[in-house]
Amino acid sequence: MKFGVVVFPGSNCDLDAYHAIRDVLRHPVEYIWHQEESVAGFDCIVLPGGFSYGDYLRSGAIARFSPVMKSVVEFAASGGLVFGICNGFQVLVEVGLLPGALYRNTGLQFRCQFTNLVVENRNTPFTIAVEPGRVLKIPIAHGEGNYYADAQTLRAMEQNGQIVFRYATAGGEVTKDANPNGSLYNIAGVCNENKNVLGMMPHPERSVERILGSQDGLVIFESLVRYREGLR
Amino acid sequence: MWKARIEIMLKKSVLDPQGQAVEGALHSLGYDNVRSVRVGKYLEVDIDGGDKEAAGAQVREMCERLLANTVIEDYTFTVTEVQR
Repeated sequence: MKFGVVVFPGSNCDLDAYHAIRDVLRHPVEYIWHQEESVAGFDCIVLPGGFSYGDYLRSGAIARFSPVMKSVVEFAASGGLVFGICNGFQVLVEVGLLPGALYRNTGLQFRCQFTNLVVENRNTPFTIAVEPGRVLKIPIAHGEGNYYADAQTLRAMEQNGQIVFRYATAGGEVTKDANPNGSLYNIAGVCNENKNVLGMMPHPERSVERILGSQDGLVIFESLVRYREGLR
Repeated sequence: MWKARIEIMLKKSVLDPQGQAVEGALHSLGYDNVRSVRVGKYLEVDIDGGDKEAAGAQVREMCERLLANTVIEDYTFTVTEVQR
């Protein structure tokens, strides 16, 4: 399974994602410069964290017009796996591949800390390897991860299983105190209707080795591999 | 030449953390009568040529495509003629 990590000007988690995939997951991975016009030959496109285009105007607002995004949108429309992490999630909502929007954290702080995530839908390509009831300890690092969607959109997303990760306590309880940024419903990650595009604010690529304090992020990458192998 | 003055504000239904923080700061300065502060963005865009209607249509399109995120933001604008 071949991964592609898109590099925008201002991406800063591209190397982390590359390392997690090549050295820990041990699958082929290549960088894709944002000026590229094709993503042919890849099985999964990762949009990494960072501050693409300096977060000017809004996070992800300018990156979505990068040449590569046109082919990423086409790739997603044809069923390709697209995985947006942090700033990558912001790019995916701006380009319209995912519903809702991400804006300034309540409390206005940049939050850099571990969070605990409950997996609300284990029947997606990104979560099929997660054991039932498992709470994932994965760090966040963002100032604009406050997820918003209008009530009607949220209802539809919930019915369709598109709310995938929610901030919770270590015991898996979704509480107000466990919400680091004010996101509605404690939402940490969502997918599209077809489940092949997922965005999440926490950084699974930063929690794939013991030395990082958690290896819980690895199961998301392993899910993608298992899903892909199941298609063969 | 036309000058568009564009205001972008979070929708009323969207909580404004910045506005709340500014409101709290104003209260702490003693301005107890201050209510519901909202923080937005202001942009000025100069547009060459065409008539006022075309400039307005272009501004609207630019707001929809890039300048505002209409999931969370509303925008308003004016267009006035200015000397180059």
